[in-house]
Amino acid sequence: MFPINETMGQYSELFMLLAAGTYTVAFIAFAWDLAKSSKALRTVDLRAAAAAGSASDSSEDASDAGAKVPVAAGAAGTAGLSGRADAGRNTDRVEGHLAGPAGRAERPSSSVAAKAQGSGGAGQTADASMLYGGERRVPARVAVALTVLGGAIHAAGVLTRAIGSGRVPWGNMYEFLTTGAFLVVAVFLAVLIRRDLRFLGTFVVGLVIIMLVAASVAFWTPVGHLVPALQSYWLVIHVSIAVLSSALFTLTFAMSALQLVQSHRQKAIAGGGEDKLGFMRLVPSALSLENLSYRINAIAFIGWTFTLMFGAIWAEKAWGRFWGWDTKEVWTFVIWVVYAGYLHARATRGWTGTRAAWLSIVGYLCVVFNFTIVNQFFNGLHSYSGL
Amino acid sequence: MSERVKSTKNPPAGEAPKAAPEGAPDGAGGKGAGRKGASSKRAGAKDASAKSTGPQGAVKAAKASAALPALGILGMLRWAWTQLTSMRTALFLLLLLAVAAVPGSLFPQRPANPSIVTQYIKDHPDYGKLLDSVQLYDVYSSAWFSAIYILLFISLIGCVVPRAIAHYRAMRSQPPRTPQRLSRLPEYGTLVLPAEAGVPASDAIEDAAALLKKRGYRVDVRHDDGARPSLGAERGLLKEVGNLVFHTSLIGVLVSVAIGGLFGYSGQRILVEGDTFVNTLVGYDQFTPGTNFQSSQLQPYSIQLNKFRATFDRESKGKYGQPIDFTADVTTKENPGAPAKKEVLKVNDPLTLGGTSIYLTGNGYAPVVTVRDGKGNIAMQGPVVAKLQGDNYYSSLVIKVPDAKPDQLGFAGFFLPTAFVTDQGISFSGDPDLINPQLSLNSYYGDLGLDNGAPQNVFELDVKGLTPLNARNLATKGITLSPGKTVTLPDGKGSISFDGVKRYVGVDIHHNPGQVSALIFALLAVGGLVISLYVNRRRVWVRTGRHEDGRTMVEYGLLARGEDHRLAGEAAAIRGLLSSAWDLDADGPQKPSSISSPAGSAEPKKDS
Ligand code: HEM
Repeated sequence: MFPINETMGQYSELFMLLAAGTYTVAFIAFAWDLAKSSKALRTVDLRAAAAAGSASDSSEDASDAGAKVPVAAGAAGTAGLSGRADAGRNTDRVEGHLAGPAGRAERPSSSVAAKAQGSGGAGQTADASMLYGGERRVPARVAVALTVLGGAIHAAGVLTRAIGSGRVPWGNMYEFLTTGAFLVVAVFLAVLIRRDLRFLGTFVVGLVIIMLVAASVAFWTPVGHLVPALQSYWLVIHVSIAVLSSALFTLTFAMSALQLVQSHRQKAIAGGGEDKLGFMRLVPSALSLENLSYRINAIAFIGWTFTLMFGAIWAEKAWGRFWGWDTKEVWTFVIWVVYAGYLHARATRGWTGTRAAWLSIVGYLCVVFNFTIVNQFFNGLHSYSGL
Repeated sequence: MSERVKSTKNPPAGEAPKAAPEGAPDGAGGKGAGRKGASSKRAGAKDASAKSTGPQGAVKAAKASAALPALGILGMLRWAWTQLTSMRTALFLLLLLAVAAVPGSLFPQRPANPSIVTQYIKDHPDYGKLLDSVQLYDVYSSAWFSAIYILLFISLIGCVVPRAIAHYRAMRSQPPRTPQRLSRLPEYGTLVLPAEAGVPASDAIEDAAALLKKRGYRVDVRHDDGARPSLGAERGLLKEVGNLVFHTSLIGVLVSVAIGGLFGYSGQRILVEGDTFVNTLVGYDQFTPGTNFQSSQLQPYSIQLNKFRATFDRESKGKYGQPIDFTADVTTKENPGAPAKKEVLKVNDPLTLGGTSIYLTGNGYAPVVTVRDGKGNIAMQGPVVAKLQGDNYYSSLVIKVPDAKPDQLGFAGFFLPTAFVTDQGISFSGDPDLINPQLSLNSYYGDLGLDNGAPQNVFELDVKGLTPLNARNLATKGITLSPGKTVTLPDGKGSISFDGVKRYVGVDIHHNPGQVSALIFALLAVGGLVISLYVNRRRVWVRTGRHEDGRTMVEYGLLARGEDHRLAGEAAAIRGLLSSAWDLDADGPQKPSSISSPAGSAEPKKDS
């Protein structure tokens, strides 16, 4: 057993605070990006609308959802050619996806479908494939840079915590939260390399700040050894996968929430309403959000399956039974079943889209409940919260 | 809907790619087997009647069946079965299962701790009993919880079996027919081989076939009459296998758990240093047999606790005194005659012996006391297990001395390894180690009630029939003892000495014959899950034709079954392979373009 190093522990706490501060600035930059872009987009829109108004014949297309809110910037190009030909099918697809997909074969983001989505999601700027577009968004770049910086400081915090306690840094609630928050950032940044998910920035960084603040205020615990019940390599395996899966679920929670807002907005626009949530143009269509969050949820579900299984194996080693319906086990099971329901929903007519998003959100709320309420207020064999 | 009407006109209804929109032979709705099975069954039924009586007859028959709900018992059952095995029902039951599992975390559960349940019912006289009557203290063995998961698993079987049969057929049959319009597939592209390349349509299709085979596709080439040869290819049949393995393994896990419940057993025993446990029924303090348990299953091995060592944190300020290691040194014997073996038992590190696993689950202090009765004889001597109550091994202690004469004696009180007393006279334990051990007891005499044969809790003293001798509120005051000290009881009732302190451990002993198979099935399930989620089932069709000017036109289309975000990538890869095989520029002017199809006409001459 390694000795405790309290100085390291104090450094770690300092790093955590610094990280939280950096994230806060990043959060502001992300929010600024949303505000600024939506303003810029609106100007473009207005100009386009004026142009369209003077061009006499465009009013014929009033029934076409795509024409109501002129498609601005990037997507207009891609939508251009195929847009006209596909228009009929697209409106169809928007409705179809709200009521369940018209055809499952089209749901995957293959190029034909993606092309169609460009014009299908009315009032859409963001690319359905969520690849980086051409335009430079300075605030977004600043925000990402700050998030990277915050992540680096955060990593130092997690590392010094590990050195200070001489073991893996996930042995109590404080450590689950700080390490978990770091993983959320790391996963987010890793996805950012390939996909432009910067629209999620406020959401993700906001959640991370909440996690760090909660850790420092409500769950603060000094560095220390593990109680014998936790001294097992299964802690390393079981908890790391649990925390990683939870980080992924955090991302999909953010995306599902945005998906609901976006699909509400798309419906409003398709129904001839006004676009009240201009900043949501930066967010891809509800369908592409759903597709990406499905992919992440699938990974996280596999992770959660492992969490459940390794937990059972560990329980067998520690307590002699692999399953005993201990409170923590109950909730881990409930979460697993809810996400299994989510995967089923995605293959069930009438349950894709909005309902699936709700299931993903409910699943995440269960994750949060399992972590906060169950750890603190229910007594069980898992009472290791370290409080 | 419209497809189905159409399909009555095209006899091979189940598989007519013509009828399906988007040229999706069965991708469009085919994801949920329950759903698909049901719909094709229905379509099939209509077909049958259509064949026998013609379209009008079919309409009549349909009307008749709609008007007549008298399906008969068999019909009802079939209907119920279709409902039960539908994807929607599975989803509903899954969500219901999640909801039904929750109360078990809100109310105390009997299997985990029966005494807390009894207490809970006592504390809530208004609704405690009511909750019991709806089995809320036995959620996971309750009728309603069982009903949900049994229905779910019946639904699962009803889902998996037809799917497995269908998939077995699919694996043995050829890839589906080439759709008429490849351009309607989600991925579509064309390539043109210049006339000077001199590759006829039939050679081009063979080239494509060889390429796709190398890429892991099952390929079926259809030369037809030679003018417009095509091929159908498919890969990723493992996806469905993975899905089936996953769902079947869940059944396996459930069965394994049931086997454990039937033939397993578990029990607990407290061992004070020096004690020996022998694996027989009387050896247990508490024993929970499975439904089919036979006592002959027990192998009479023995475990002796030699020494127990606990280490506490002395470094960190914040966690000072927190336990960091528990180690029990034991001597085991496989059988009464077997050689003794020294072993170490730790938390998270069970021993296995005689088909059981032995776990270190608790520990505490057992003060050693000697009680002399009114006649001066030793009425009781030995360690008494103190039950943990609070921080730092603050423990409660009950001593029953039925052999004391003339009156039976009883003691109840607390043991503190490191005693502190506050100004208000409240004592607490300041450290988990034995720094200042202290016993503080009340004493009683009278009839302990042990002789009438009713079992009693050894950790509780029923003082109703007893007369207090020492108590805080009496003139005699309570007894406070440190090691080596003796206190004489009032009225010549005897004395009690505190001789020393031993440690004890609590061990759990489990035998679960379903465990290994549960693990195997769980691993199979995860394997199946990963395969099912990450293998992509894809179909590729290629059609070639020769243009009048000598160019060979190639068109290809891809279709995924289920979620497949990399279909576009696959299309690009195949395009790249074909292009390099024919020395074409992959990004040439024939980028996956519009509706135009090779050889001028979008409609091939021949398809059915
Ligand atoms: C014990 C309860 C069940 C659990 C925990 C469960 C879990 C899952 C999971 C996690 C998936 C997604 C992974 C995969 O595609 O293999 C899945 C897919 C699927 N399940 Fe279940 N399932 C259960 C019961 C059922 C039942 C009763 C049915 C039949 C009605 C069913 C039919 C399906 C189908 C058709 C899919 C494939 C969906 C797709 O292709 O996306 N499952 N199930």
